[in-house]
Amino acid sequence: MDIVISGLLLGGSYALIAMGLNLQYGVARIMNLANGELLVLGALAAFWVFTTTGMSPLVTLFAVAILGFAGSWAVYRVFLVPLVRRSANQGQLEVDSILATFGMSFFLVGVMVSIHSEYFTYSFLASPVALLGTTVALNRLVAFCFAVLIGGGLYLWLNRTRAGLAVRAVAVSPEAAGLVGINVDRVSALAFAVGGMVTGVAGVLVSTFITLDASVGVIFTMKALIIVIMGGVGDIRGSIIAALILGMVESAVATLIDPGLTLASAYLIFLLILLFRPQGLFGRRAA
Amino acid sequence: MDTKLVVMNEMLFSLTNWEDQMKRRNFLALAGVLTAGLMSTSALAADPIKFGVVSHLTGPLAGGEAVTHIPNIELWVQQVNDRGGLSVGGEKRPIEIVTYDDKTNPAEHIKAVQRLATQDKVDFMLSPYGTGFNLAAAPIYAKYNYPLIAVSSITDEIEELTERFPNMFFTLGSTSGFVDGVVTTLTKLREQGVIGNKVAMVNVADAFGIELADTARPKFVEAGFEIVYDKSYPLGTPDLSPVVKGAKAASPDAFVAWSYPPDTFALAEQAIIEDLDVGAYYSAVATAFPAFSKKFGGKIEGVLGAGGVNPDTPAMQEYRNAHEEVTGKVPDYWASATYYAQLQILEQAIEGVGEIDQAAVIDYIKANEFDTVIGPVKFDKHNNSDRYWSVGQWRDGQFRAVADTGMGDSADPVAKEGWN
Repeated sequence: MDIVISGLLLGGSYALIAMGLNLQYGVARIMNLANGELLVLGALAAFWVFTTTGMSPLVTLFAVAILGFAGSWAVYRVFLVPLVRRSANQGQLEVDSILATFGMSFFLVGVMVSIHSEYFTYSFLASPVALLGTTVALNRLVAFCFAVLIGGGLYLWLNRTRAGLAVRAVAVSPEAAGLVGINVDRVSALAFAVGGMVTGVAGVLVSTFITLDASVGVIFTMKALIIVIMGGVGDIRGSIIAALILGMVESAVATLIDPGLTLASAYLIFLLILLFRPQGLFGRRAA
Repeated sequence: MDTKLVVMNEMLFSLTNWEDQMKRRNFLALAGVLTAGLMSTSALAADPIKFGVVSHLTGPLAGGEAVTHIPNIELWVQQVNDRGGLSVGGEKRPIEIVTYDDKTNPAEHIKAVQRLATQDKVDFMLSPYGTGFNLAAAPIYAKYNYPLIAVSSITDEIEELTERFPNMFFTLGSTSGFVDGVVTTLTKLREQGVIGNKVAMVNVADAFGIELADTARPKFVEAGFEIVYDKSYPLGTPDLSPVVKGAKAASPDAFVAWSYPPDTFALAEQAIIEDLDVGAYYSAVATAFPAFSKKFGGKIEGVLGAGGVNPDTPAMQEYRNAHEEVTGKVPDYWASATYYAQLQILEQAIEGVGEIDQAAVIDYIKANEFDTVIGPVKFDKHNNSDRYWSVGQWRDGQFRAVADTGMGDSADPVAKEGWN
C-alpha cells in the first residue's frame, strides 16, 4: 500500500510537470525548452511571496496561473509566431523553437539568479496525514489533488467543449484544421498559454515539497519531455498515465529493490516504450 | 494592439519589480561586489589589486556558492576598501574583483581560470566552490603560480595533491577527519546512553556521497556500530519518502545521511513527517545553512550536521555581525567563516610580503601563522591546516560545533528529542 500511495503522489506531481509541455508541444508544436524554467519561476514566486509576506502558496497559485497564461500568450505572439510563419515544415519549426526557447531558458535563469540565487526552500503543510494505513505529507497530497483537478479539467475541456475540439483538431493537423475554419494561430496561442499556466501552477505546488534553485529547471524539462514522449505527443491522457506509471515504478523500485536504482528504472521504462511503441502509449503512428 | 499592451505591461511589471528588489535587499551579490570595487576605484587614485574568482553563478552548485562564498567576498572587499585598501609597496591599493560564471561546468571553469590568468592578468585568485572544482583548477593555478587556498574542498589526497601542487593549501579538513567527527559524536552519544549501536546510513549517489559512505562504513564497524540500513539515492530524487520509510523500518538508533543541499532539506522534512524517532540525526551539506533553520524552526533542535562553528569567540561574533550588516544575509555555520579566513590569510600574506609577488606570497603563507576569524591558522608541511570543526548541532537557533580536529572548543553533543 505504501508503494501504491507514494507512487500515486509522485506520479501526480510528474503529471503536473508534464501536462503543460504536452499542450505546448502537442498542439502549438513548440518544443519549449524553457518549460522547466517557467516551472521554477512559479516556484520562486511562491517561495518569495511566502517568505516575505507569509501568504499561502495556494493563494499565490492563482496569481501565477493568470501571469503564466498572459506571459505565455505574449511570448507566443511576439517571439514564436514569426517562427511558425516562416517554417516550411514541422521539422523546421521544431529546430527553430528549440533554439529560441533554449535562449529564453538562459534569460529566465539569469533573471531568477538575480532575484534569489540561493535555494528556494520553505515549509508549507509539511505535516503527516494518515492515509489508508500509510503516512503521507500533506503538501504532496494537496499537490496530488490539484493534479487530479487540473488533469480532469483539461481532459473535460479538450473532450467536451467546442474550444477543446478545436485544440484537438489543431493537434491532429494544423493544415486540415485551418481548412475547416479554425483559427489555427489563435488556438495554438491558447494551447501554449494554457500550457504555460499549468506549468507555472505546477511550479508553485512542487515548491511546497521539493527544494528548487534558479538553475534546476532543465531537470524538470527533461522529466516532462520523457513523460510527454512516453505518453504520446498531444494526448493529455497519455501524459497522465505515463506520469503515474513512472511514479509507481520509481516508488516500487525504491521500496522493494534499492532507491539508487530509481533513475535507472525510469529510463529503462522509457527505453522499452521507445522500442515497442515509439509513438508513445496513446500517440498516433505517423502516417 | 492589445497583445502589444500586454507585453508592455509585462515588461513594466518586471522592471518595477526588479528595481524594488534591488532597493530592498542587495540580492545580486556580484553587482554589490562590482559596485564596491568601482566606487572605491573612483575614490582612490592608486591602481587596484585585481582578484579573480570563477563562481558558479548558475548551475547545480550555484545555490551553495551564493550562500557560502559570494557574500564573504562582498564583505571582505567592502571592509578592505573602506580601510583604503591593502598596504603594498608603501601605498594603499584598493581591491577589484573580476568574476566569471562557469555554469558549474568544470570545462568552463578551467577556461575561465585560464582567462583570468592570461587575459585579465589578475594578481591573485580566490578558490572555487566544491572539491572537484578545486582539484580541476589546481594544475592551472600551479602553472601560473597563483596561491590556491582551497576551502570548500574535502579530500583524503591532501598530501599527494600538495606535493604535486606546492601552491595549494587546504583548510576545511580531510574526508577521514570529517567522518571521524561523526563517528566520535555518535560514540559520545552512545557513552551517554542516548543511542544504541544501530546506525542507518544513506548517501547521495555521486562522488561526494559515495566517498564519504565508503570511508564511513569501516569506521562505524570499527567503533562497534552496526549498520542496519545502507542505501544510496540518485542526485535530485524528487521523493525521498521510500528512503526514510526504509530507514525507519530498520529501527535505527542513529540516522546518518551523506547528503547534498536539496536532499538535506527533503530528508529532514520526511523525517519530520514519518516521525523518524532517533537519538541522533545527521545530514551533511546545507544543514549548517541559515535557510535550514528558517525552514524548520524549532523542529530541528538537536539535529547534527556537517560543519559547525564556535559562535562564542569575539572574532566570530564580530564577523557574523559584519556579514549580516554588509550583505543582509546570515552567514552559514560552516565554510562561510573558513572562506572569509582564506581572504584574511591572503590579505595578511600580501601585506606581509609588501608587494604583488605570487611566489613570495606562497612562501609567506607556508612560513607564517595567520590570525583569522576561525582562530590562528598555520599550515603544516603538507600545506594543510589541521584545525577545523567537523560536526555541528542545532542548539537554540545556533549551529554549534560538537566535534573538531585541533580546535578543542567543541561542546558535547546532546540527544535529539523528537521533531517538535
